[in-house]
Amino acid sequence: MCTTCGCSGDGATLEGGEHAHSHGGTHHHHDHTHPHTHEHEHAHDGADEHDRLDYGSGPARSHAPGLSQARMVEIERNILSKNDTYAASNRARFAQNGNLALNLLAGPGAGKTTLLVETLKILAGTITCSVIEGDQQTSNDAERIRATGTPAIQVNTGKGCHLDAHMVGHAAEHLDVSMGGILFIENVGNLVCPAAFDLGEKRRVTLLSVTEGEDKPLKYPDIFEKADMVLLTKTDLLPYLDVDLAALEGNVRRVAPAARILHVSTRNGQGMAEWLGWLKDERRALLDALAAQAQARADMLRAAE
Amino acid sequence: MHEMSLCESLLGVIEESARREGFTRVRCIRLEVGRFAGVEQPAMRFGFEVVARGTVAEGAKLEFVDVPGRAWCFDCGQTVTLENRLDPCPNCGGVRLQPSGGADIKLKDMEVI
Repeated sequence: MCTTCGCSGDGATLEGGEHAHSHGGTHHHHDHTHPHTHEHEHAHDGADEHDRLDYGSGPARSHAPGLSQARMVEIERNILSKNDTYAASNRARFAQNGNLALNLLAGPGAGKTTLLVETLKILAGTITCSVIEGDQQTSNDAERIRATGTPAIQVNTGKGCHLDAHMVGHAAEHLDVSMGGILFIENVGNLVCPAAFDLGEKRRVTLLSVTEGEDKPLKYPDIFEKADMVLLTKTDLLPYLDVDLAALEGNVRRVAPAARILHVSTRNGQGMAEWLGWLKDERRALLDALAAQAQARADMLRAAE
Repeated sequence: MHEMSLCESLLGVIEESARREGFTRVRCIRLEVGRFAGVEQPAMRFGFEVVARGTVAEGAKLEFVDVPGRAWCFDCGQTVTLENRLDPCPNCGGVRLQPSGGADIKLKDMEVI
């Protein structure tokens, strides 16, 4: 871990950006202004290596022994406040680019990447998209995404079980994004830990495949409760399963009463039109809101002339 | 095991305070943990012991202060206190509840030297 900026998840790397940089160990020096200006040194690993970013591999912690009178220090700080600061700066960056950022959460194998690939194929030529892929290891998913012609960057979290806002901020710096596009952030496949980390997304989308069982929303409520959209995937498999879809949906509603629920299958196309409609509506709403803000500011500036 | 990253964040906050307040050793740390924070306290203790090695917080005692979970009931429209995430609304018995408080982990204060 980097003790100054709080980089977490030892061994996290990033691949697929414009230049390699190492973010850990001995050669790494932070100024403290952070919102991602990143004036620390980046080690350029050479062109043959796919672009990689190494998160804290070295323990650079201070050790300061000493003795004086014991005293109490009031802190009153949320320990995720650092993550939240990075999330806020990501959010500002996404808004600046007019990007609709979506955090995709699910257990491993729920079909996040497959849904993404199919979605990107359909959106090709209409809305420009980009993807941040989170996995513990391999850049398989980013390669699948790039095969659709969409820019993608892979974050390998190493031992880390989730993406955090700091990793996403770094990834976003290296990603080729277009004004007004959609940025999909595919989190590490995990129904537990990613729930706690705000990445700066506009909307959260949680996927659950119908093969996973009705009671998953009750067993893992955190991942569902902040979702704006819950996609029940692989519905083409329903004829072969004993799963009670009404019970599953009831359990989702219980832990996420405000979320929208869609049944989707990339195999037979069920729900894809609604999903794409939702994406387009969300993007439109975001662009309208950003344009209204910019207009209001322009009016204010003109009035001050 | 996201407790490990929580511990790293916690250590970050502590080290920042150490620089600001000029202390060199932490004896005791009081953490407020919300009922819905998704934190396993033994995992947090274990993780903190590991990340705090060689730092100002090495060997510091972690004390947890439980904060009740609060949720908004979609059926009766009240904010209620919940013992467990899946408990029904104590007011109306409804089961559709959106957590609205008790999801934070906060560093309250520390005893330092």
